[in-house]
Amino acid sequence: MTILSGILEEGLIYAIMALGVYITYKILDFPDLSVDGTFPLGAALTAAMLVNGTAPFLALPASFLAGALAGCITGLIHVRCRVRDLFSGIIVMTSLYSVNLRIAGMKANLPFLSKDTIFDNPWIRTCLPAPLRPYAVVLILAVITLLCKLLLDWYLGTRSGYLLRAAGDNDTLVISLAVDKGRVKIIGLSIANGFAALAGGIFAQKQAYFDVSVGTGTMVFGLASVILGTQLFKRFHRLRPTTAVIVGSILYKACVALVISVRLIKATDLKLVTAVILLFILFVSDSVKRRGKRHA
Amino acid sequence: MLELQNICKFYHAGTVNEMCLFEDFSLTVGEGEFVSVVGSNGSGKTSLLNLICGSIPLDAGSIRIGGRDITRMPEFKRQRRIGRVYQNPSMGTCPNMTILENMALADTKGRSFNLRPGTDKSRIGFYKEQLSTLGLGLEDKLSVKVGVLSGGQRQAMALLMSTMTPIEFLILDEHTAALDPKTAETIMQLTGKIVAEKHLTTIMVTHNLRFAVEYGNRLLMMHQGQTILDKKGREKSDMRVEDILDMFNAISIECGN
Repeated sequence: MTILSGILEEGLIYAIMALGVYITYKILDFPDLSVDGTFPLGAALTAAMLVNGTAPFLALPASFLAGALAGCITGLIHVRCRVRDLFSGIIVMTSLYSVNLRIAGMKANLPFLSKDTIFDNPWIRTCLPAPLRPYAVVLILAVITLLCKLLLDWYLGTRSGYLLRAAGDNDTLVISLAVDKGRVKIIGLSIANGFAALAGGIFAQKQAYFDVSVGTGTMVFGLASVILGTQLFKRFHRLRPTTAVIVGSILYKACVALVISVRLIKATDLKLVTAVILLFILFVSDSVKRRGKRHA
Repeated sequence: MLELQNICKFYHAGTVNEMCLFEDFSLTVGEGEFVSVVGSNGSGKTSLLNLICGSIPLDAGSIRIGGRDITRMPEFKRQRRIGRVYQNPSMGTCPNMTILENMALADTKGRSFNLRPGTDKSRIGFYKEQLSTLGLGLEDKLSVKVGVLSGGQRQAMALLMSTMTPIEFLILDEHTAALDPKTAETIMQLTGKIVAEKHLTTIMVTHNLRFAVEYGNRLLMMHQGQTILDKKGREKSDMRVEDILDMFNAISIECGN
């Protein structure tokens, strides 16, 4: 039971970040590595805010905005300085490492176990019915993740969202529509990294702890969730890709947990396992694609 | 009115491969003109269109549309008043978006891409009516992704989309070259109809000499960055495919082909 709720909790948190990776990787076709820096950015900011006594729910929009700003910088480096997409992400990711340490007050880890969080505060303790209390974390996360998904679905249906999808699909058309395609990319990167930082902030609130290395492998996790989700539900046309990504994230977390539960593999092997499973997913989805072509 | 004045364009400037394409090239296209441009490969037809649209920078000279200097204007800003259809049918549409979404995108050109709904439901009737003019039955497939359509269907949509909002100029860059003869004919008829209905000033680059002769009211032949033939009005309507073909042969002999 605890394993299951652990999978659901982490899967839902990382799903928010994966929604961001869905924007950059799937919609914009932009390999954005800055999420490895913006996820801990959200965590650092949240830790700093909570330690200073800010209301925990305020840390959520603050994390999103900080991530959006960092994503905007990645976009500006790529568009205005004409740096290649991969490098712009690496530059921002690397510089954020120091920024995150500064935000956390020059500490590599910052616990705030005694502080109220969105998961543990007087309101939850009094208002939530007793039988639901053990599931409080999962319930809250489900609500937040669903809200993020609905917001993103709504955005992708707006004029601005149409343009974002067009930019990844055919950027010549964006120019034909008399729009600066660089600006569209910057908007997309901002939203994506906003989601990544929001996820990081929520993750920190759940752990009541900030660790500077928490972001390592974020991109891998996001990619794996997006590819797993969209590949699994490719034939379900009625299912929105955002839903597929969330399910993908939970399934991926389950895969990782399953492998880790093998006695030979230690918890310290986590990142290795994460990466190898991504490799496996990439390999399988590619061979499925090839087989499809041969039959066609 | 489009005015190109004393245009110079070099490729690989400052290297041993330096090549001068245009030197002191000037061209004026009047209101309502439909110019067909023909010429051999490398004669500067597509470069001409790219210079007008701002896809490539020019080295000297100026470009004006309606008296306004647009020489330094970035490409995307020029497109506000220009509609362009490319040779490659997939350049003018979004393959992963539906026909309806593509139409809605094109309809929003020139307005703010804000947080309003991407598809204005009250416009669907208008989109259907526009699509039905193509005669391809696309009006009944609004929720189909454009990626599954054929090249001809996509090109028809691209033509429709680029002329949906008010524009001053229509640029056709060998837009029938990638299509089979039958589809090319259909697209060309459609082009003639749209240009006539909307009174668009049009520049069409084509390798199809028959299209160049049959359509438009002005014909240009380009060779090595210069116009070697420029016929308007009666002179143009009297032209036959054989006349142009003879000119082509003359050029080829001159070049030693």
